[in-house]
Amino acid sequence: MTMEKKVNIMVVDDEEIVRASLTSWLEEDGYRVEAVESGRKALELLPQRNWDLMLVDLKMPGMDGIQLMDEVHKTAPEMLVIIMTAYATVDTAVKAMKKGAYDYFVKPFNPDDISLTIRKIVDHHKLVRENLFLRKELRKQYKLRDMISKNEKMLEIFELARTVAKSSSTVLIQGESGTGKELLARAIHDESPRMDAPFITVSCASLTESLLESELFGHEKGAFTGATVLHRGKLELAKDGTLFLDEIGDISLKLQMDLLRVLEEREFRRVGGSELIPINSRIIAATNRDLAAAIEEERFRADLYYRLNVISIHIPPLRERREDIPLLVDHFIEKFNIEMGKEIRGISEGAVRILMSNDWPGNARELRNVIERAVVVAKGNIVTEADISLPSVPSGADHRTKSLEEIEKAHIRVVLNENQWNIVRSAHALGIDRVTLYNKIKKFGLKKEGVAPKE
Amino acid sequence: MGDCLMATVQTMPSIPVPPESFEARRNQYYSTKILKEMLGDVPQDALKLLGVTDEDLCIPILTYVFGEAQVGGTAAIVSLARLRQEHYGLTPDRPLLLERLRKESLHELGHTFGLIHCPLRECVMYLSNTVVDVDTRGGDFCRGCRTVVASKTGTERRG
Repeated sequence: MTMEKKVNIMVVDDEEIVRASLTSWLEEDGYRVEAVESGRKALELLPQRNWDLMLVDLKMPGMDGIQLMDEVHKTAPEMLVIIMTAYATVDTAVKAMKKGAYDYFVKPFNPDDISLTIRKIVDHHKLVRENLFLRKELRKQYKLRDMISKNEKMLEIFELARTVAKSSSTVLIQGESGTGKELLARAIHDESPRMDAPFITVSCASLTESLLESELFGHEKGAFTGATVLHRGKLELAKDGTLFLDEIGDISLKLQMDLLRVLEEREFRRVGGSELIPINSRIIAATNRDLAAAIEEERFRADLYYRLNVISIHIPPLRERREDIPLLVDHFIEKFNIEMGKEIRGISEGAVRILMSNDWPGNARELRNVIERAVVVAKGNIVTEADISLPSVPSGADHRTKSLEEIEKAHIRVVLNENQWNIVRSAHALGIDRVTLYNKIKKFGLKKEGVAPKE
Repeated sequence: MGDCLMATVQTMPSIPVPPESFEARRNQYYSTKILKEMLGDVPQDALKLLGVTDEDLCIPILTYVFGEAQVGGTAAIVSLARLRQEHYGLTPDRPLLLERLRKESLHELGHTFGLIHCPLRECVMYLSNTVVDVDTRGGDFCRGCRTVVASKTGTERRG
């Protein structure tokens, strides 16, 4: 018997008796009613609440009903206004409706007419709200070019990326490997006015210092032994497009300095050259390293960091947005169906469960590879548990892709669970003292989960 | 009616409709004014007071009302005028009239217990502006509305 949201109705009439009787009658119907005696008071009240409907008397001293409606529609063009009048003249009725009144009532009203009209409005509002809600839900499953997510943080990133795309600011994308840093960089490029210009990637980690230097800046013919022809670097090739510097955290201190100068002066010279070449491209850098820590350890120049970090985007790892796993799985299945000419229609619940419980150290890229394999080996038109092959079982037996810290965390969790989270016993088993164990639990954010039996 | 309200019902001697509530232009009585008058007559041991009149009732903004109540208050009033079949040019039907009166009375008294209109058609608190509405809606409170009434009368219905 409760109404989901109270409908707010404002009654504007100079007659006290009308205000009182209309208010009490509407309140019996469960509406929230506020009654005022003049257009001026009505305008004061307008911004204080989300009004669903206004019942406005036509003839009032000062501002009349139609003038008030005009004023209201200036700030709230969607406001539904019902004009009430004691004098039924066709002229005023037509005028009111033409001016945008929702309906026109002659006093006294037939109770049936008014309640039906208000019901109609309320139902209409419900539909509008439902529609808005559904649209919002749809927007939640958002795509940014090749990226897809319904995670709040990711959606914020998509939103930010769209905004950033319009500018030429340098962007620094951080995130674990496989989270989609390059995809995001491409998306920013594709959403930007530079979309028709080249998108050039430089993978900084895969090259030696001198190779990277020549890769970035290019070199003149004869600049060094073996430089037999003029070579244009990626900075030059990017032209008016986007230069994506992947694994920026891995470049040497010398190159960091060169890059900083280039970013500051927006021009550079080829290796062995003297001509200054201007830079018109937008630079997006990415890294899976913790640059703040690298600065602490003096492996990364703080000034370069600040130069790159104009717009900072941190992509959360897949394990922090598990709700995206089913979405990504569908997305990848669809993609590989097209690429491989398969007709996989979906994935079994059991298979989804396995995928959901994995930690995905390799993030979306790893998930993509697992799905690619599953689509290849699937016998029917549904991917089942048998088709899923994870590189590691969740017990933590496989350490291939894990850092020392991750192994430490996993090991502490295992020991704690083995000892039912008894701190003294666990610390003893680990060969450390109690305080150290507490600190590590805090550091790794370990939590007691309904102590699972050992597998 | 006492069953539905979980209360004892007593009939009081009749009183005249206050003449100042008469709206000569409309040949109807202004129900809010009658309610005000009734409030002076509430017996000390009464939780609520219901007035029943043969006169046609209205409030200034509406052409007619079947009844009126103070939401969350003490007094309610119901008119027989528009509940009668003969008002619509039909043959009198006393049992139907009594059933309509019972439903309208429960409905208005429901308002005095703080209830607003209920979206359930089977509930007596469902909105009705026509006798057809009165006839089609239920004759008792729905579970939710009954809980509200029970909490106010201090009784919980068993079973």
